[in-house]
Amino acid sequence: MAEPVAAGTIAEAGKAEAPAVKAAPAKPAAKPAAKSSPTRRIFIISTLFGSWFATAWTTFTASMIAMLLGTVRFLFPNVLSEPPSVVKAGSVSDYEEGKVDDKYKEFGFWVIRAKDERNRDIIYALSTVCTHLGCNPNWLEADKKFKCPCHGSGFRISGVNFEGPAPRPLERLAIRKTDDGFVLVDKSRKFQKEIGQWDDPDSYILV
Amino acid sequence: MEYESHHLSAAMQTGLGVYFFLVALMNAAFAHYCYRQRQDPVQSAIWLGVALLFAVHGVAFITHMDLVMPEAIKELVNDVMNPVSYFVIAVLGLVAFLVWRRFFTDPIVAWTILQVGLLFSGWSMTDYTFQQIITKPDNVPIVMLIFSVGFFTWLPMRQAIINDDRLARGEPPLEKLEEDKVLVWPDLVYTELICMVICTFALIVWAITLKAPLEQPASSSRIPNPSKAPWYFLGLQEMLVYFDPWMAGVVLPTFIIIGLIAIPYIDFNVKGNGYYTFVERKFAVSTFLFGFVVLWVVLIVLGTFLRGPNWNFFGPFEPWDPHKSVPLNNVNLSDYFWLYLLGDAIEGKGWLAREAPGIILILVYLLGLPPLLAKTIMRSYFIRMGFIRFFILVTLIQFMALLPIKMVLRWTINLKYIVFIPEYFFNI
Repeated sequence: MAEPVAAGTIAEAGKAEAPAVKAAPAKPAAKPAAKSSPTRRIFIISTLFGSWFATAWTTFTASMIAMLLGTVRFLFPNVLSEPPSVVKAGSVSDYEEGKVDDKYKEFGFWVIRAKDERNRDIIYALSTVCTHLGCNPNWLEADKKFKCPCHGSGFRISGVNFEGPAPRPLERLAIRKTDDGFVLVDKSRKFQKEIGQWDDPDSYILV
Repeated sequence: MEYESHHLSAAMQTGLGVYFFLVALMNAAFAHYCYRQRQDPVQSAIWLGVALLFAVHGVAFITHMDLVMPEAIKELVNDVMNPVSYFVIAVLGLVAFLVWRRFFTDPIVAWTILQVGLLFSGWSMTDYTFQQIITKPDNVPIVMLIFSVGFFTWLPMRQAIINDDRLARGEPPLEKLEEDKVLVWPDLVYTELICMVICTFALIVWAITLKAPLEQPASSSRIPNPSKAPWYFLGLQEMLVYFDPWMAGVVLPTFIIIGLIAIPYIDFNVKGNGYYTFVERKFAVSTFLFGFVVLWVVLIVLGTFLRGPNWNFFGPFEPWDPHKSVPLNNVNLSDYFWLYLLGDAIEGKGWLAREAPGIILILVYLLGLPPLLAKTIMRSYFIRMGFIRFFILVTLIQFMALLPIKMVLRWTINLKYIVFIPEYFFNI
């Protein structure tokens, strides 16, 4: 007997409450003058935390955003242990004509002294990154060519591609001679033949 | 460098002896099967003879008689093998398999091919170079791949031929006869459990016996030569030999994935649902076999066993000499067109004018060929499939065909790129 009575009371209470809740947001609409009133803040808070469901989604979203920001933070490490881009590569007199110096390969370049297209004796630094897919070719002394172990691209001593799939020549790096006769290679500046940058005097040393 | 080693190690000889004994045992079992199941005493006698031949091999190797493959055969195989002949043989092999499928799926023929293969593999192991490549832990899955892909291509084709014959006689396919249903528990779940245990066991044994091929720490000054992708990507790496990374690494793989997703929408042939058949889906089966077996598996095998230092091609018995020199002077289509055909200077032309011949060729290929096919040889497909479906199908097949087309052009006229615009990193 008690149960239906209880149910009835709850239903009645619900009915009684409902208009009260509905009336609350209707009030500010009637009074547009009170724009920055605390009702708006209450509206936002009740949207975000009005029920357990809303609270759960709000905290979940917040934690996701925090995680995302934390991930983005990884893109900016506190310490960058990158070696300096300028490398001192021995003295100019170390280099013989027609020879490729493999010594600096782990720094990402070869230092080569050879005759260029205009028959000048120059020293230049070639990047060791294949222009096809970024493997590091090997210098084959017997064949006088750079040959990539990944897809078989071949480059002449000048860096010009002539076989395999590589679409463009190897890149040259900025190189200059110091006053005391040393070779300085700057890996941060690249010179591409196909856009005529090999004519730039910064890309070679005249011997 | 002395690679030649005419003297086989004792362990290797014993191993080969055991191998030949196992093959002899296989043939004895097959002779028994011929006698009992096929009621064919002649066949049975032949396979007993083959078993005896393998047993003699086994004795010879186990008693360490220092048998090696004759140099003349090795040289012949090395001379015949090059990227062109390898690929052409693979394509012709597939065509022959599809055309003479009745012949090739005959169990006796298939068994003969397998035995010839096993005999040749056994003798090949006496070659030092071949042995080094085959027994490398990375390459063991590829040996398994060759045999399993061969078997799983043969088996459905055989089932398909049996079904095709039944359908021609107006009988239902074999699969329709198996009407009785089995229970998930215990029939399926138990089978799965047993498979799981066997797989786990095999993987543990494999992991313990064949060490992971770890190398020294990576360094840009000491790069493995050849540098190979994981085995399942070797087809892709082979593709990169012929294409710009953008095409082979991004565009074509995307088309492969899109194409695989699109199959259910393109292929609306309801025949062959739930049973093997070839006659009812000739085009679908042939296209799949060409795309998967020839353009993927065959290229994986090529990349694993036949690509050596500097990504040069090496015959199966050819020592991997890092100084092997293969001239590959490649020329772009624009060079061919302007320099050789018209004798004109190529410098000073803008990229659009320079590459116009290649761009026109590609546009004709991609936009002109589908309508042409719809009008001519694929007319019935066009009528059945409708415009959009047909156009998607032909485009996908055209992109698949780009690889063999580019390969043939490279081999015949040393063509590097059809469209070559390094200014915008765009090459086809």
